[in-house]
Amino acid sequence: MRKRWYDYLWIWSILFFALGFFNILFAWLGLIDFLVPLLFAIIGGNKMFCNRYCGRGQLFSVLGGTLKFSRNKKVPGWLSSKWFRYGFLAFFLAMFGNMLFQTWLVARGANSLTEAIQLFWTLKLPWDWAYTAGMVPDWVAKFSFGFYSLMLTSTLIGLIVMALYKPRTWCAFCPMGTMTQGICKIKRDKDESAPLPTAHE
Amino acid sequence: MRIIKKGKVDKSRCVACGACVKACPIGAVTVWKGRHAVIDENLCIGCGKCENVCPAGSIEIVAREVRQSDAQTLV
Ligand code: SF4
Ligand code: SF4
Ligand code: SF4
Repeated sequence: MRKRWYDYLWIWSILFFALGFFNILFAWLGLIDFLVPLLFAIIGGNKMFCNRYCGRGQLFSVLGGTLKFSRNKKVPGWLSSKWFRYGFLAFFLAMFGNMLFQTWLVARGANSLTEAIQLFWTLKLPWDWAYTAGMVPDWVAKFSFGFYSLMLTSTLIGLIVMALYKPRTWCAFCPMGTMTQGICKIKRDKDESAPLPTAHE
Repeated sequence: MRIIKKGKVDKSRCVACGACVKACPIGAVTVWKGRHAVIDENLCIGCGKCENVCPAGSIEIVAREVRQSDAQTLV
């Protein structure tokens, strides 16, 4: 099929991490990847973001599919089971909430800013070259470090499961994917007048 | 009688990611309202590309027998 502009959005996923490597404040741009899928789901009642515009899903397809950095093995069923998907979503939201809380503590002056990113919620990596103290209020920088950590951690998990199983294994339990599908399901349940699919199963 | 192959979506397992939509060479799959994939049986040629990329294991290629006359309209 002919490639469209949105088939190259995987470049954005790489660019995001590259920009954050040089200046952590670029991490704020990652909010686009949080808000756009939700807007599609809430307003459009669809998963157009996953289906067409998600750079991360595309990156896994390119690395795992085109470049074959994936064993392309069957994905274990529990990874796409309801309890794991919703459990991972809950965990992820809790971690997101904690990140906001840490930002708030810095904003209040209760904690001081640490110029580091945290991988897998445990491993601290110094990242001080990407920020000059005093450029912006401390909490703005704190959010950047926290959000970048979250994005990097989830991408690393995605890369690991990509290598082990199928290229887009991450999509089976991606919190954004679970959340947007959940919203679409609720919407559809409310809107029973919507036409049923013509072809199914 | 003859055998034809068609993709079949397990709606309860599908995560609506759309990997199958991108993999299908003839555009026979769509994601319906962000809920699950739908395969147009009239278009599907049973190639299995969607099954191969599906991260949720929710597509299966099923073989079924059809009468010769039906097969002509389906294939
Ligand atoms: S499930 Fe997640 S990674 Fe996959 S396409 Fe959707 S938002 Fe992107
Ligand atoms: S089996 Fe092949 S033709 Fe049929 S829906 Fe899947 S990818 Fe498309
Ligand atoms: S690839 Fe699998 S999980 Fe994703 S939309 Fe298609 S059938 Fe559903």
